[in-house]
Amino acid sequence: MSDLRDLYQEVIFDHNRHPHNFGPLPHANRHADGFNPLCGDRLTLRLLVENGVIQEARFEGAGCAISTASASLMTDALKGKTEAEAHQLFAGFHQMVMGEPPAIDLGKLAVLAGVQEFPARVKCATLAWHTLTAALKNETTAVSTE
Amino acid sequence: MNEHSLADWRAQFPILSRQVHGKPLVYLDNAATTQKPQAVLQAERYYYEQLNANIHRGVHALSQEATDAFELARDKIQHFLHAAHREEIIFTRGATESINLVAHSWGRSHLQPGDEILLTEMEHHANIVPWQILCEATGAQLKVVPIDARGGLVAGALQSLLTHKTKLVGVTHVSNALGTINPVAEIIRQAHAVGALVLVDGAQAVAHLAVDVQALDCDFYVFSSHKLYGPTGIGALYGKRSLLQDMPPYQGGGDMISQVTFAKTTYNQLPYKFEAGTPHIAGAVGLGAAIDFVQAVGLERIAAHEEHLLSYATEQALQFDGLTLIGTMPEKAGILSFVLKGVHPHDIGTILDNEGVAIRTGHHCAMPVMDHYDLAATARASFALYNTPEEVDALFHGLRRVQKLFLG
Repeated sequence: MSDLRDLYQEVIFDHNRHPHNFGPLPHANRHADGFNPLCGDRLTLRLLVENGVIQEARFEGAGCAISTASASLMTDALKGKTEAEAHQLFAGFHQMVMGEPPAIDLGKLAVLAGVQEFPARVKCATLAWHTLTAALKNETTAVSTE
Repeated sequence: MNEHSLADWRAQFPILSRQVHGKPLVYLDNAATTQKPQAVLQAERYYYEQLNANIHRGVHALSQEATDAFELARDKIQHFLHAAHREEIIFTRGATESINLVAHSWGRSHLQPGDEILLTEMEHHANIVPWQILCEATGAQLKVVPIDARGGLVAGALQSLLTHKTKLVGVTHVSNALGTINPVAEIIRQAHAVGALVLVDGAQAVAHLAVDVQALDCDFYVFSSHKLYGPTGIGALYGKRSLLQDMPPYQGGGDMISQVTFAKTTYNQLPYKFEAGTPHIAGAVGLGAAIDFVQAVGLERIAAHEEHLLSYATEQALQFDGLTLIGTMPEKAGILSFVLKGVHPHDIGTILDNEGVAIRTGHHCAMPVMDHYDLAATARASFALYNTPEEVDALFHGLRRVQKLFLG
């Protein structure tokens, strides 16, 4: 019971029910589609990047609670970050969900630390981040977690 | 199946006594793969401890005994499927390889641009992708029989799609994503009326229904051992002898030849023409033991037991708030595919797993079915002969916990 609660914290349910930054971003200048072929989840991420700084980040799609909450928390965290800072954030987030100590302070993203006990769900948590990497490169083909 | 014999049959499966996350294992992912009874494990062990040798070549005792054990397994499959001849049974790695064999060997030697392959919307990817590859190579076209809201084939659609251009119909006997049992005898009759061959994907059927390939008059029938309580990595293709004789080899190598020179190679006779290389001998022996096991329990008893579990589970599902069943045909095998309002199937799977309940979540390698229902995924519980009504209760107990967690 306890480890399940580590994964499904109230904050995650809140983000799942009412995801932040959900919807279109008509003036976006970067975007990418993410796909998790294991569960069929799809996610579109749109960014407005000006002078190397992420001004806005919004997403659309349907996924599980973990991938939705992760995308919601990620888009919150990205605003105001430089592209280099965004990459560092992903590196730290990846370390955390893989059970390693993150090299940087992850702030609110730390509520997803429980994912490390559920290896089958790591891809749910990282789908949004893989999509971010593709969006920053402005890759037009869908990025896959596989 | 009465309670006494159910407990006896359960006791044959060592894995069912283990715990998962501190709870007794409730294994409801049988459509993905079934657990293995003691008899299968012992048969494989006996093979490696007492018989192990390469087959069909050696003059020594072990080679002869290993060959006998391997060929006996072929006989068991022949009788299990009610095939007319033993050489109509080709050992493969499973249903997927069996379909690829037919698509590659029969397909490339028989199809012309403009010919059509007719599939159904409920096929597993294994019965879609090999035909797409074939169509790309030959210029043939794929046509698809649509499904209706209940998960059955749309009435009359097959008839209207079957033309003189149709060369082969590929249809699943039982849908892995919906549970639908297709009326394959009728489909075969209609296909034959326009001169088309029929390949039946029996991967989900053989553990639940008695199959008689002669009564069905199907041209090809494929299945995997591991969904029939047997080992992974082995399965079979049934093909009518006259068709197999006319088909070129699928893979080249040892055992499939009768004479090799650099100028010319002549191929071995059936079934060996299609069995290049050393096969999974222990797997075949284990599959033979699995067939013996299933026949000892009796397919009719298995079917009756699973039908009882399915109707018990369906009854609870229909009363469960926010649950929608995906696949509601009256003719169904033991598969309960569903979605829960407000909860993604992946989350259902994790929470049930925490309760020791193993189900499948995802697209079940049937993405076109998911697209039909406009879903990314479903949750799927699937039953086998060793499942109990108490395990169905555990499933729904777990689902109530999911709802409590998610919806407060």
